Amino acid sequence: MSAPQVRANSVDEAISNAMTPVADFISGIIFYSVKIGNPDSINYIEFPVIVVWLVAAALFFTVYLKFQNVTGVKHAVDLVRGKYSKPGDAGEVSHFQALTTAISGTVGLGNIAGVAVAVSIGGPGATFWMIVVGFLSMSTKMAECTLGVKYRVERPDGSVSGGPMYYLRDGLASIGKRRLGRVLAVLFALFCIGGALGGGNMFQANQATSQIINVTGGEDGPLGQWRFVIGIIFALGVGAVIIGGIKSIAKVTEKIVPFMAVLYIIGCLAVIFSNFTAIPDAIGQIFVGAFIPEGIAGGIIGVLIQGFQRAAFSNEAGVGSASIAHSAVKTNEPATEGFVSLLEPFIDTVVICTMTALAVVITGTWRDTSSAAGVETTSAAFATVAPWFPILLAVAVVLFAFSTMISWSYYGMKATGYLFKDSPRAELGFKIVFCMFTVIGASLSLGPVIAFSDAMIFAMAIPNVIGLYLMARIIRKEVFGYRARVRSGEHAMVDQ
Amino acid sequence: MSSLLVGIDRSTSSRRAVAFAAQLASESGATLHIVHVIPWSPYSFTTPSENDQRGASKHEEIATAEEQIILPAVAVTAEFSVTPTTSVVHGSPAELLVSIAAHLGGAHIVVGRTGDSRLKQALFGSTPVRLIQIAKTPVTVVP
Repeated sequence: MSAPQVRANSVDEAISNAMTPVADFISGIIFYSVKIGNPDSINYIEFPVIVVWLVAAALFFTVYLKFQNVTGVKHAVDLVRGKYSKPGDAGEVSHFQALTTAISGTVGLGNIAGVAVAVSIGGPGATFWMIVVGFLSMSTKMAECTLGVKYRVERPDGSVSGGPMYYLRDGLASIGKRRLGRVLAVLFALFCIGGALGGGNMFQANQATSQIINVTGGEDGPLGQWRFVIGIIFALGVGAVIIGGIKSIAKVTEKIVPFMAVLYIIGCLAVIFSNFTAIPDAIGQIFVGAFIPEGIAGGIIGVLIQGFQRAAFSNEAGVGSASIAHSAVKTNEPATEGFVSLLEPFIDTVVICTMTALAVVITGTWRDTSSAAGVETTSAAFATVAPWFPILLAVAVVLFAFSTMISWSYYGMKATGYLFKDSPRAELGFKIVFCMFTVIGASLSLGPVIAFSDAMIFAMAIPNVIGLYLMARIIRKEVFGYRARVRSGEHAMVDQ
Repeated sequence: MSSLLVGIDRSTSSRRAVAFAAQLASESGATLHIVHVIPWSPYSFTTPSENDQRGASKHEEIATAEEQIILPAVAVTAEFSVTPTTSVVHGSPAELLVSIAAHLGGAHIVVGRTGDSRLKQALFGSTPVRLIQIAKTPVTVVP
């Protein structure tokens, strides 16, 4: 082994060793699990409480908002198509732009790697439960994005800040819970900074780096020992956008990512249809596996948890992050953005995650236990079509990761801005720390990074969902009032 | 001819289009409307930080256009003793000019020939070419 390799390795190890205890401690709290049964038996189940927390909120808002996630979809599409946009809205942020910006923050590695993990552990049946929760999550997203617009802060210069920090503070104050609102808002902002550095940054950098190393020949390949250096390159790219203000890089990413998403879906469809004889059997496996799974730890509940967890983690409904992105939209009716945001979990979970799941179920790569489940499982499914297909996947992974990092750096910056009264120095400080964490994330080995990063994002769901429950009546009044105004013609389509 | 609509940008041919239309207006007694369209699409992809600054950017863009594009054009019309109405709007230039012309009761559209860079024109076609394809009222292109 040459000298530079030794140095690179020891840097990786030093960072790993320093981070692991912190990561384990934090994830132990957030991902506190109820354990049922004997750990050695097949019926042993670990039930992460945070998943129940998110799914319960999704179910509550689906019923409480009377299934807008079903009845409101057509109206959401009309809003995105600009059918209700007035000519004077031109030049402001359109519903389409708010939606696509939020989606590029949400669609990330969870859609590719996470789904593969869920199917590997929970079997094909996990796909079914993932889709169910994908649908339910649409309601939570609607709730938080409606509030995001309602309580956003518009400054005299026309710039806008919104998101859970603002609705927790001002919304709860409006119902006489001023002190609680302030506490929850500060907690949210703190967790959001953590989530931005963790799941929005370290996890993305880590997985993208792994994928780059995989397609260039693995740990023994030319880049195998250079995670640290790949991390620095990522950090420079992110830094150029968020600190250097180089808009061209951000613009290129924002333009490429939607095309990559479409390309990824086409890639999955190619995998699915090149194995079309296996389609009926795969669909059978998904339904049978959902209710009568075989050989899955924890039986039906084990499958259910895997599906629930993946959907909840992938679309981030209840976490509150998307509400920050959605609240910049130009509208006088907060509920319009609530409707538009319904489409986000639909696209993220019901479409993109399902595509990944179908690809790994149909090709059977989920059964392969020779390597750790993750991007490689999806990559193996892609390789069944053509040997170069995994390279396409690697490009998609790197771009998804990069755009997710850009979005989360923004969420973290807004949270920092909230805590430090929009101080430019504090925001710059956050951006520098963000780039440092990109390097750390790329250098660490997978285990502790995943644990830490997921944990920090889901901590945000605790203050956010408490706030959503307390403000449920405000949300319902907005949504139902708006629907009534659409029915009465007060909020009517505009002749284009 | 009851009204004339001049679509302008920063180009010198736009100035000539304004002069041409102003002369026509002063001779015929038609009303003159000067419009600058800032190219914008609701379906473009944006970053979150662009979005939160968008409202501020819109005001800035309009103010800059008023000062640097509309005011010089109005100065040109003064030579012909015509007082135009003016506006700055966001959208797709050719489509918006056509719809404004329709709102003005079928205005005659006047534009300069050059505006976009040659590369952009080669790739996407220029605003005059697009106008000629979609306009429902007469279009005059001033060289």
